[in-house]
Amino acid sequence: MANTKKIKLDFRTYMMIIALVSIWIIFSFTTGGDFLTARNISNLFRQSVFTSMLAIGMVMVIIMGHIDLSVGSLVGLAGGVVAILDVWQGMNPVFSIGLTLLLGLILGLWNGWWTAYRKVPSFIVTLGGLLIFRGILVGITGGTTIGPMSDLFYYFGKGYFSDITGLVFALIVGLGVIFIQLKSRKDKLKYGFDVLPLKFEILKIAASVILLVVFILIFNAYRGIPIPLMVLTIFLAIFSFITNKTTFGRYIYAIGGNSDAAKLSGIDIKKITLTVFMLNGLMAAIGGIFLTSRLSAASVAAGDGAELDAIASCVIGGASLAGGIGKVGGAVVGAIVMASLDNGMSLMNVENFWQSIIKGLILILAVWVDIYTKNKKAAA
Amino acid sequence: MEEVLLETKNIIKDFPGVRALDKVSFQVKKNQIHALCGENGAGKSTLIKVLSGVYPAGSYEGRIFMEGQEKKFENIHQAEANGIAVIHQELTLFEEMNVAENIFMGNEISYKGYIDWNEMYDQTNKWIKKMKLEGVQPTTKVGQLGVGKQQLIEIAKALSKNSRLLILDEPTASLTDSEVDLLMEILRDLREEGVTCIYISHKLKEVFEIADYISVLRDGEYIGGDFKENLNERKVVKMMVGRSIEQMFPDRSNTAGKEILKIDNLNLWDYQGDQILENISFELAEGEILGIFGLIGAGRTEIANTLFGYLPGSKKGDIYLDNEKVDIQSPKEALHKGIALISEDRKKFGIIPPMSVKENISISFLEKFKNFLVIDENEEISKTSELVDKLNVKTASLNTKIVNLSGGNQQKAILAKNLLETPRVLIMDEPTRGIDVGAKQEIYELMNNFVNNEMGIIMISSELPEILGMSDRIVVMHEGKITKEFDNRNRDISQEEIMVYATGGEMNG
Repeated sequence: MANTKKIKLDFRTYMMIIALVSIWIIFSFTTGGDFLTARNISNLFRQSVFTSMLAIGMVMVIIMGHIDLSVGSLVGLAGGVVAILDVWQGMNPVFSIGLTLLLGLILGLWNGWWTAYRKVPSFIVTLGGLLIFRGILVGITGGTTIGPMSDLFYYFGKGYFSDITGLVFALIVGLGVIFIQLKSRKDKLKYGFDVLPLKFEILKIAASVILLVVFILIFNAYRGIPIPLMVLTIFLAIFSFITNKTTFGRYIYAIGGNSDAAKLSGIDIKKITLTVFMLNGLMAAIGGIFLTSRLSAASVAAGDGAELDAIASCVIGGASLAGGIGKVGGAVVGAIVMASLDNGMSLMNVENFWQSIIKGLILILAVWVDIYTKNKKAAA
Repeated sequence: MEEVLLETKNIIKDFPGVRALDKVSFQVKKNQIHALCGENGAGKSTLIKVLSGVYPAGSYEGRIFMEGQEKKFENIHQAEANGIAVIHQELTLFEEMNVAENIFMGNEISYKGYIDWNEMYDQTNKWIKKMKLEGVQPTTKVGQLGVGKQQLIEIAKALSKNSRLLILDEPTASLTDSEVDLLMEILRDLREEGVTCIYISHKLKEVFEIADYISVLRDGEYIGGDFKENLNERKVVKMMVGRSIEQMFPDRSNTAGKEILKIDNLNLWDYQGDQILENISFELAEGEILGIFGLIGAGRTEIANTLFGYLPGSKKGDIYLDNEKVDIQSPKEALHKGIALISEDRKKFGIIPPMSVKENISISFLEKFKNFLVIDENEEISKTSELVDKLNVKTASLNTKIVNLSGGNQQKAILAKNLLETPRVLIMDEPTRGIDVGAKQEIYELMNNFVNNEMGIIMISSELPEILGMSDRIVVMHEGKITKEFDNRNRDISQEEIMVYATGGEMNG
């Protein structure tokens, strides 16, 4: 069997990265080079963090064949609660963050329970959640803006790691990559599978390590790695691992691919569905804490419409709303594409209404290209 | 009478891994009812799809002529414009709309964009009369009518578009006897009016009643055809099958061992409290293939689903697995206890389309590959690849999406999935439905190879040759009850004997 193709090319992922790089190149021309400065790249990534966090949670829900429209309201409510605990109650930041994360899990549980155990379509459940959570937020804050937040939140929202920390981080991750790649190679050899020639393997590892170092140096050239970006990277790693490497992750894809067949394969659909909604609630709560930290205040309108940005990121990143298809990494790249468009067009002083129109068109275009290439492949 | 309406020359249609049509050349003469016979997977449906533009010109090789002119249909509309209409097995009517709206769907009689309802109702009345639809009004909702009447409306809809060639795909599959009679009558009337008809069916009795000319397809090839007067049922069967049962079903040494499964007085009620199964009892031994035969609605699939913990409803009665009483509540529990089920509906309950062959095979027993938190992918590849080789699943790679495989290879992959952990009881519900003859034979061979001292197979099937050729014992069901159990170790039970009990004959007379 040809089960061990020499180089596994994930067409979609490469397409995404090529698209992203083209957008960057176009903007660096149209902005006379302003786009590609260290300062702007640092800002760009920081701007993409919020949507990326939501997209990480959302993409799992979408892969499972569901949708969560309540995320924006959940962000607002979580942001409001953390501000109330911090500003009004004067609670220790660690406790207030912990309680807010718990709230995210519970609200995700609420969405998941109605969807999984009461069979109400997730579109309806979370549309209800959108109204309910926003309503609670307005109720408990009395419609006021709450701030300013205590110091720890400042770091979480706007802080940077020192240059040295960044380099140490690069060293650790670099060593990790080398170790994992070599171990995977050794395991494959043990099974007698084909592997890349050692030369190419080293080249591949070297390329990824160099890319990593270049990024760190760019960030260090401005102020260092933004703390929120680091937090995001950690979550990206965790959830990529969960969806790609664990049985739980595989079950998410199976349920989205064909829930009847998944059930007959002995998968506990209800439990998995519930858990995915809880994880999405958790990510939304983290998004809410982050948003409040960045603005140093919670307002009743915070996170309004954020669920749509998250869904758009997932879709641009290759997820299918029909379920069964999508990647956590793709969703984050999708969010970076969106942030790049925002950032680049702002630098070009494109008016707001144009930005909205162009983003909308690109969303439609991205999905059309995907469908078009797929149909062409099927016809061939 | 002798004019040729439709002619195909050397039609070849390939699917990944399967040649569905192999140089099919045949003629349909004007004013004839031309029957097209063949087993499942013989290529009948593919041929219709080629003729009706579902597969556009260019996706197949060969040429199509109508009245001597070559036609290249790019889509269904072009075929319809040339007078070809297909009545599919699954009807395409809008149940929430009325008869007139359905007949003129997409073809409304209108004046400057306004629908002329009076004219449409008037014409609909003419069709209703012609189709002998007594008691039906143009304003009757189609959903309120029976399947037979719906079929006639579908035919009226096709004819209202001036169709000259009507293709009927298994039109009587879900009709009652009197409905079949009415359909026959109308088809004869239409023949008088100059409509030509291709009638696809594997019910030979009907075919001989209605057809003028009979053609046979087998394994994608056009085997031959002749006027009805020159043929008889036996000749047609021989052309359809092309091989004797002995060749189709390989021999197996019989080594039934100790009892694995025992079902004692199982009763089942659905949500509404209607009884679906009544006093079902049977046993299964190691190394044995038990065939369960019954017509639609006999309760065969319900037995399978109950054993697999997948049926909503309430049950009474005992199930013993290896002499131990079990109460299986979920598929997960069933799989853990060593009961595996291959569902009759591969698309709905079998494959997970966006996933690869490897992922589909490993999904039921993924926990087996778990190493701490992680799936050991090397182990997964090595185990699934072993099974893919053993079961001869033809796939480009383990990472190919399962939907890109042919039906037979999908079925083999599903079989592999259920053999990843050798079950005690393997339930196969219609194991060869919708797959080509070659793959069928392979599945039979695999069943024979795998049924061994540790495993027994329950095979549910509505295909009599399969039941007779494969089973050691045969349980016949009728309306939720077991009407007879046969010992078939010598393969000496006849189709008639089984059919008598399956239709409840014994009990009624």
